[in-house]
Amino acid sequence: MNYSSETGRGVPVLADPVLRLSGITKTFPGVRALSDVELALYPGQVTALVGENGAGKSTLVKILTGIYQPDGGVIEVDGQASKFPTATAASAAGVTAIHQETVLFDELTVAENIFLGHAPRGRFGLIDWTAMNARAQEILTRIGAQISPKTPLRELGIASKHLVAIARALSVDARVVIMDEPTAALSSAEIEELYELVERLKGEGKAILFISHKFDEIFRIADRYTVFRDGEMVDAGMIADVTENQLVEKMVGRAVDTIFPQRNSNPGEDVLTVAGYSHPTEFADIGFTLRRGEILGFYGLVGGGRSEFMQALFGVTKPSKGACRIDGKIAVIRSPAEAIRKGIVYVPEDRGAQGAVTAMPIFQNVTLPSLKATSHKGFVRMAEEFALARKYTERLDLRAASLDQNVGELSGGNQQKVVIAKWLATQPKVIILDEPTKGIDVGSKAAVHDFMAELAAEGLSVIMVSSEIPEILGMSDRVIVMREGRIAAEFDREGLTPETLVRAAAGYGGEAAA
Amino acid sequence: MSLAEGTRPRNFPDRLTGRGQRILRSWELLLFVIAVLIFIANTQASPYFLDPWNLSDATFNFTEKSMIAFAMALLIISGEIDLSVAGIIALASTAMGWALQFGVGTPGLVAIGLAVGLLCGAFNGVLVTRLGLPSIVVTIGTMSLFRGISYIVLGDQAFNGYPDSFAWLGRGYVFWVITFELTLFVVFALIYGVVLHKTNFGRHVYTIGNNPVAARFSGIRVERVKMILFLLTGLMSGIAAICLTGRLGSTRPSIAYAWELEVVTMVVLGGVSILGGAGSILGVVIAALVIGMVTFGLGLLNVPGIVMSIFIGALLIGVIALPRLVTKLRRR
Repeated sequence: MNYSSETGRGVPVLADPVLRLSGITKTFPGVRALSDVELALYPGQVTALVGENGAGKSTLVKILTGIYQPDGGVIEVDGQASKFPTATAASAAGVTAIHQETVLFDELTVAENIFLGHAPRGRFGLIDWTAMNARAQEILTRIGAQISPKTPLRELGIASKHLVAIARALSVDARVVIMDEPTAALSSAEIEELYELVERLKGEGKAILFISHKFDEIFRIADRYTVFRDGEMVDAGMIADVTENQLVEKMVGRAVDTIFPQRNSNPGEDVLTVAGYSHPTEFADIGFTLRRGEILGFYGLVGGGRSEFMQALFGVTKPSKGACRIDGKIAVIRSPAEAIRKGIVYVPEDRGAQGAVTAMPIFQNVTLPSLKATSHKGFVRMAEEFALARKYTERLDLRAASLDQNVGELSGGNQQKVVIAKWLATQPKVIILDEPTKGIDVGSKAAVHDFMAELAAEGLSVIMVSSEIPEILGMSDRVIVMREGRIAAEFDREGLTPETLVRAAAGYGGEAAA
Repeated sequence: MSLAEGTRPRNFPDRLTGRGQRILRSWELLLFVIAVLIFIANTQASPYFLDPWNLSDATFNFTEKSMIAFAMALLIISGEIDLSVAGIIALASTAMGWALQFGVGTPGLVAIGLAVGLLCGAFNGVLVTRLGLPSIVVTIGTMSLFRGISYIVLGDQAFNGYPDSFAWLGRGYVFWVITFELTLFVVFALIYGVVLHKTNFGRHVYTIGNNPVAARFSGIRVERVKMILFLLTGLMSGIAAICLTGRLGSTRPSIAYAWELEVVTMVVLGGVSILGGAGSILGVVIAALVIGMVTFGLGLLNVPGIVMSIFIGALLIGVIALPRLVTKLRRR
């Protein structure tokens, strides 16, 4: 693979890749995150890495920056096989990353943030402040940032902080720069500045890996592309040789899996009506109707405000505006306790932190919101608890050693079943499932899907937030797409294609039919 | 515990371990064995130890502190702490002494003691649950605040002259060698044991301590539960203040000085996780007996107070380190 062409922008392209990955494989318990992945990064070129959420992009970045170790495969730097056992090793090899949410320290100055961990040292090993500030100034000037190195970080806005993060990435002598959705938090003017910066870095001969969901920016700045799907590399090539449509197809590629349960949906009367739900920062003007026995899918990019809205609906956070009706009656929901009483329950995305109490046994997790029903005058009745927990966990085909086992000892999929069982035991009207199959094994996934279909058939209304297109298409009766905190489009399942969904979520193509 | 792939235990049991096994593995049993060992050592060390009246006197070493420790155990299990309990005793005792100057009788004094305890608990609770401040910071502050008020009111003076009926609450006997305080200790142990282990409220306390976010997401009113726990801790401090003031017969601003640490020691020695989420009242009861017997036994041997606190400190670290050491050695 020796390219010696020129890109459309007239930048001469050198032949050999700075960094080449081949056969990279990484497995987590129950999940194969990457299998046999190839990637090559060339000096002075921007390679766009595209793929759905969960396609393995983040895992790859973590391998490149020494946070994860691959189970197999070779990393070559300048043709030499290398290993990145630690983050320090990766940065010594010249690989640096600018993350979506970079960890910076508000109480330190700009220069301290840039050089944290590798500050220039003077006599007695003390930090050489003069040199540090001077070098920080130099880097900031180079990327065109008008920030003083001595400013405390907390005084900067989000865009300036982002520039500091970039400066930090460049403070090591980087040859490979990874940008993981760098424009996610930026305004359009700031994005323009970022593009200029990328051009400048290209001019300096850096190899750039650019991860983004936004096709307009990929086509604007990338020279090459690599497509990941389900942990595999499906295609790579020059951006000039593909169209946006082709790229979208490659990304979502496969036909919708036939393993999803067959459903004859027959939605009944309106159960939940939401109108004008708004939040100062997270979402605005959300309105929809959910019918009895219906599965309503919520699709969108991560950060599109779906979870934030669901948590407001469940009473965790307070909406600034908006109303909701349950069975036609106005319902004011100020706390999860109220939501549960009114028949709305929520299975959170972050299972470990918000869903399960991992240090407590299965049966106590299941009965947590139903203690009123299993107890007598405020006193717990263990026999009733075991009976209730057994009823719902067995329906979900839970695999456990006993009901007394701590939830933390179960696999992710089984933990999820415990959380779902917990809510079903309250006999809700509406169940909100936030990324219900994220990070769980294939077997448990199918069980959750089957069960969801069964519940809908029994008349439960389901809201399913998912970033997995097959799941959205395979399970939903209707799909609402959210983008930047607003409803971007609403579709019926009939005739809905992955391409349409992706376009609506990324704001490309303008097919938003509200 | 994990199951082989492919098996489908549709009918897994409720529990794998029987009651006997759970008791054998419990912290409480270990503590109980230590308590028995200390008891035997004490009988060998001093011929006066087994005298019923001596033993009865010995209970004063732990009865008042352990009343607070029961409420504190619930608070620590929920993930909070109250370091102002000794300050509350000082303030409640001062308030009672002050009221005494106006001729208030025993029922009035008791009411004042309970009310001050509740008010102090409410103050801590509001700061923690409404303003979201960390309880360790809040109660370090109120610890000085409450006792500081005592110092302002009393200076180097003392309130004296409590009526006999009030003194009985601290020194009186209900039956033979059984003191009123010991009776309270048993009653409160039962009440708190039932509340923590047998009620929905107790289950909520454990859940909040293990995962406050998931607790909230499960519809538990976390702030309300914590508020109740602060009120209970304040109330128990008020009751302890009544007993202690009655027993001493006077109020000085240094009353119950540094008790908060002894109370926390008792709770932690009893097996309550300082990080919250785990522990039992039985453990705290046995820990109270252990500390009481150690203090009393060393006292009979005329060991000075400072050596006693060294011994208690060493006991605490030793007992907590022991199970971890055992598992570490086993793994090798």
